[in-house]
Amino acid sequence: MSQPWRTPAGGRINRHRELRFTFDGRELTGYEGDTLASALLANGVHLVGRSFKYHRPRGILSAGPEEPNAIVTVRRDAARVTPDLRATEVPLYAGLDAISQNRWPSLGVDVGAINNLLSPFIPAGFYYKTFMWPRGAWRSLYEPKIRAAAGLGRAPEQPDPDTYATRFAHCDVLVVGAGPAGIAAARASAKRGVRVILCDEQPQFGGSLLAEPSASTALIEGQPAEQWLSASLKELASLPEVTLLSRTTAFGYFPHNFVGLSERLTDHLDSVRPGQPRERLWQVRAKEVILATGALERPLVFPGNDRPGILLAGAARTYLNQYGVMPGRRAVLLTACDAAYRAALDLRSAGVEIAAIIDVRERADGALPEAARRAGLTVHSNATVVGTVGSQRVKAIRVARLDGSGAPQGSIERIACDALLMSAGYTPSVHLFSQSRGKLVWNDAQQTFLPGEPAERTHCAGACRGVFGLAAAIEDGRGAAARAGGDVSGSSKMPEPAAGEFGGILGALPQPAGKPVVKAFVDWQNDVTSKDLALAAREGFRSIEHVKRYTTTGMATDQGKTSNLNALAIVAGEIGKRIPEVGLTTFRMPYTPVTFGSFAAYTRGELFDPVRTTPTHEWAVRRGAVFEDVGLWKRARYFPRKDESMHAAVQRECLAVRNGCGMFDASTLGKIEVVGKDAVTFMNRLYINSWSNLAVGRCRYGILLRDDGFIMDDGVVARIAEDRFHVTTTTGGAAAVLGMMEDFLQTEWRDLQVWLTSTSEQWSVIAVQGPKSREVIAGLVEGVDLSNAALAHMGVAHGRICGVPMRLFRVSFTGELGFEINVPADYGQSVWEAIYAAGQAHGITPYGTEAMHVLRAEKGFIIVGQDTDGTVTPHDAGLAWAIGKSKSDFVGKRALERPAMQSIERKQLVGLLTGAPHVVLEEGAQLIASAQHRLGERPIGHVTSSYYSATLGRSIAMAMVRGGRARQGETLYVLADGQPVPVQVTSPVFYDPQGTRLNA
Amino acid sequence: MPNAIATRQGPYVAPSALVRVLPHAARWVLRGDSSVMATAASTLGVPFVERPCQAAAQSDCAALWLGPDERLLIAPADAQSELAARLQTALAGQPHSLVEVSHRQVALEIAGEHAAVLLNSGCPLDLHVSAFPAGMCTRTMFAKTEIVLWRTAEQRFHVEVWRSFAAYLSKYLALAAGELAA
Amino acid sequence: MLLINCPYCGERPEPEFVYGGQAHIARPTDPRACSDQQWADYLYLRDNVKGVHNERWRHTHGCGRFFNALRDTTTDRFLATYEVGHEPPATLKGAHS
Repeated sequence: MSQPWRTPAGGRINRHRELRFTFDGRELTGYEGDTLASALLANGVHLVGRSFKYHRPRGILSAGPEEPNAIVTVRRDAARVTPDLRATEVPLYAGLDAISQNRWPSLGVDVGAINNLLSPFIPAGFYYKTFMWPRGAWRSLYEPKIRAAAGLGRAPEQPDPDTYATRFAHCDVLVVGAGPAGIAAARASAKRGVRVILCDEQPQFGGSLLAEPSASTALIEGQPAEQWLSASLKELASLPEVTLLSRTTAFGYFPHNFVGLSERLTDHLDSVRPGQPRERLWQVRAKEVILATGALERPLVFPGNDRPGILLAGAARTYLNQYGVMPGRRAVLLTACDAAYRAALDLRSAGVEIAAIIDVRERADGALPEAARRAGLTVHSNATVVGTVGSQRVKAIRVARLDGSGAPQGSIERIACDALLMSAGYTPSVHLFSQSRGKLVWNDAQQTFLPGEPAERTHCAGACRGVFGLAAAIEDGRGAAARAGGDVSGSSKMPEPAAGEFGGILGALPQPAGKPVVKAFVDWQNDVTSKDLALAAREGFRSIEHVKRYTTTGMATDQGKTSNLNALAIVAGEIGKRIPEVGLTTFRMPYTPVTFGSFAAYTRGELFDPVRTTPTHEWAVRRGAVFEDVGLWKRARYFPRKDESMHAAVQRECLAVRNGCGMFDASTLGKIEVVGKDAVTFMNRLYINSWSNLAVGRCRYGILLRDDGFIMDDGVVARIAEDRFHVTTTTGGAAAVLGMMEDFLQTEWRDLQVWLTSTSEQWSVIAVQGPKSREVIAGLVEGVDLSNAALAHMGVAHGRICGVPMRLFRVSFTGELGFEINVPADYGQSVWEAIYAAGQAHGITPYGTEAMHVLRAEKGFIIVGQDTDGTVTPHDAGLAWAIGKSKSDFVGKRALERPAMQSIERKQLVGLLTGAPHVVLEEGAQLIASAQHRLGERPIGHVTSSYYSATLGRSIAMAMVRGGRARQGETLYVLADGQPVPVQVTSPVFYDPQGTRLNA
Repeated sequence: MPNAIATRQGPYVAPSALVRVLPHAARWVLRGDSSVMATAASTLGVPFVERPCQAAAQSDCAALWLGPDERLLIAPADAQSELAARLQTALAGQPHSLVEVSHRQVALEIAGEHAAVLLNSGCPLDLHVSAFPAGMCTRTMFAKTEIVLWRTAEQRFHVEVWRSFAAYLSKYLALAAGELAA
Repeated sequence: MLLINCPYCGERPEPEFVYGGQAHIARPTDPRACSDQQWADYLYLRDNVKGVHNERWRHTHGCGRFFNALRDTTTDRFLATYEVGHEPPATLKGAHS
């Protein structure tokens, strides 16, 4: 028979739509509206997993996000494999394929269960105590073995094919939790006409109402609860400023009322349309947050409390009323609070035999226990369960009476059952409130932590602040909405808790005297028992944070949702302190696990970072250029011809520039237009150079220091007009230089009339370099006399090229005659193509960043960030000549005057030539003074740039060497693969030191 | 005489339903005090607006408040040289900085009932019409790129982005628009 | 993601801003008159406050302006933001330390 544990009618499932699914390959059926857990229970499957440490058989404990046991892998297809899902939260769909975890070879027969027999030897802190010796074995032996044996699910092996959406949202009121309190709060807020977002992790709104029997007679505002719920939701859905988000978990509460929501969009669907996002991350900024997150039921801690078939009483009620599933046919209720009696009563109505109700309290005489007695149920108060029987499903329990001191005594009664429902009472869900840094306050009356002073605009409503019961929760929801709306007249005072209905007890139930041989679990997921906690306390752990780390209680995916307070009470008892004195471990986000996909959302693949390309990018792609990343930019590194190696291409490109003409896209350089009557004063204060004597129509190599005296950036600066400079920066330094300039202008030199505008992307910059460059561009340029006399080296002119406006710089980063043509960016590619065409007669060759690096190194030009590292002064780099000597101040000047900054022992820029001309040194290699390197000897420098120079027919290198300039002619050694390679210290200028070529 | 006349080509923009590329425009960043801004407004023929984060627009010209001493001026591309000359003349003698940035950025229009939601896939601002009404403009962030966002109508936004970020922005928008298609 | 009140634009999300270090550290007007120690203090010595910190932010991806703020480093709460060149609000000045 299919689904033998399903009730004949009732529940919120769609019995007209049967869904087939598999669990560990076994074909089963459920209904639309089921979770995987409810569908498994409907088929009588209680054994769903093996525990983390002891591999004990485990069943479904809960019906919600707190589930510590039923952790499964769900496989939609080969790539869509999600491990570590809680079966209680997995929506059933047609064809769902679920696999149990942490067992081998199968769930029924698990070799790892040997750990359970060995468990006396695996106490708390076992790893720390055992695997200490021999030391070396940790890395090589113990850690790999432990890692292989531990852990739950396995990470998927294929890339995630799904897309994930993300959205920023704002609202006046965010209501988290759509139970009675949340719905009441949302309705009351929406009535004010403000923007409301109401979210709930469940597929349906209603919270605890969903677990009420459909025939419930409970009234809300005079209506049957069911009617009130549907009318409320209809009203909310009709309001344009209300956003309703089901299947949406508020997982994190961040400063300034910023809340992260994870919405699951497709996990419940049979099939997914391509491109349909799987999840949506909502980043919500709320003016007011109302937390109506409810409460979680606590399990009881007693020996053998982890057998399949033992579950929370409230969960049993949910399975019955929401899903139409009976957790057993003959059930026992073990409880410490009145509320759990409802489960027994409802199950009884559904035809489940209630073998007994064991109430650990001395008396059970509230309205619900009385109702149970009236219904003919046997209630044993002042009794407890001292053991359970059964291997893969509970078969019976052992019950003992409690004596006057609260200890088990007398004969033990065995009661046969196939389900044990338990409830220690309810713990308010204060996770989000605590994440928001709100203070939690111990409440003696309720024996729990409740929200105290909020840190944000936060208002708690209903069970999450200890207000239980339907009418009280509704009232409290409305009150929270009023407070969120600024109405301070409403009282936030809590109604008195109904004694014993929800409170219950904390900690472990009394156990028979003598050494217990059976385990009483506190944390199911991490296999932590009351004994482990007691041991930790005996071993001297006092802080609950330390106990947590030592015993692992409260860790992993469930973050101790079922275990925290019981663990705390046990530790407090052991060390003789009150619970609030022991404290509480920190609640961390996420409330429940969130996929990495959600956090990444659209920011993956080609959208992981912006890819910035220059106007000539498409041209370079067509020419087969190989690109390199420079910051976010893609720059052409070299342009290989068919089958040409990088080495060959770079040599060819370099020689073309030296002998004829090359062209290079320099558009990525940063450009800043500095404008205003005080522009020259500003430049004088900022850069080391003197700018007063720079004529309009001329440019100069500028160096910018930080105020600590070290080189920050460099670039050519042109004077376009008396009050206008065109400043260029390095590609990577553009934003930082502009930021630093703005900082000085806005905060230090506020008297200056100067303004800055980034023009980096306004201009496309085409460098045409080489002895033939003048001839190449001559035919394209209008309005500029290109002759050496009219436009000398470091001259700047305005004119037109190919009919469009141009700023023409006669500059050279290659040492050859050269021009940098600035045209408005949208013309870049067109002008580039025209130059390329015009250059054909002269063998024009496009070259990339690699050739550019070689060419500049031949000339000894530094690259900031390659030859400098943030500790290099202009003196060190051989650039002291650029300092404006007559200036009283510039950024970095004072620091340069410190004696240590002028020490001749500082590392200085030099050139290096290897003895063997074909040996190219490794960049970053360290330099030593003698061939015999002694252990502990400090290197005296390092190689910063190193290339093979086709022009010189040999290798060249630049290096920073202690007292380097005085060492010219000396032989030093570079360690290469441990072998000293002799190098001769030279000037860093290897080519045309007189500069005759660039003045041609 | 040059034989080739260069043609203008904007950056790549990924196509998507809610997004279109706006025509080339003339653009300047104008810096200076409020009298400078008033002069520029009258030269451009747009109202002089001093309110922060407010755009002043008239026919095809606009002045967008980007900072207390900063406006982005936008005009039709073919009026570029003429307007540049008129602005320079009108502003002569007043301390200011006028820098042309026509090619620095490209303009996209995002329109339709989902326009604000689409923008909120990457922009953290509150784009509810009560918080960001038509006529409001600002520099802001969209995912990992800076943009200038200007709401030109309740369901229409004008977005300016630096040219090398246009591909990133438009590809992101195209991908995010996928979830709104259903 | 913090919400920061730009004195020019109003409350804006954190990604629009860049943190600018401690506020009210003026660059000495005559660096030559500074001893090495004074200059080193100017360059490197900053408060590391638990509590109300006086700091600079720049609305880089907004109006571009630098401004000052008083922020409680233990709660991330901003007590005030104000323009460069102004003193912190008198009522909050004593909140420091």
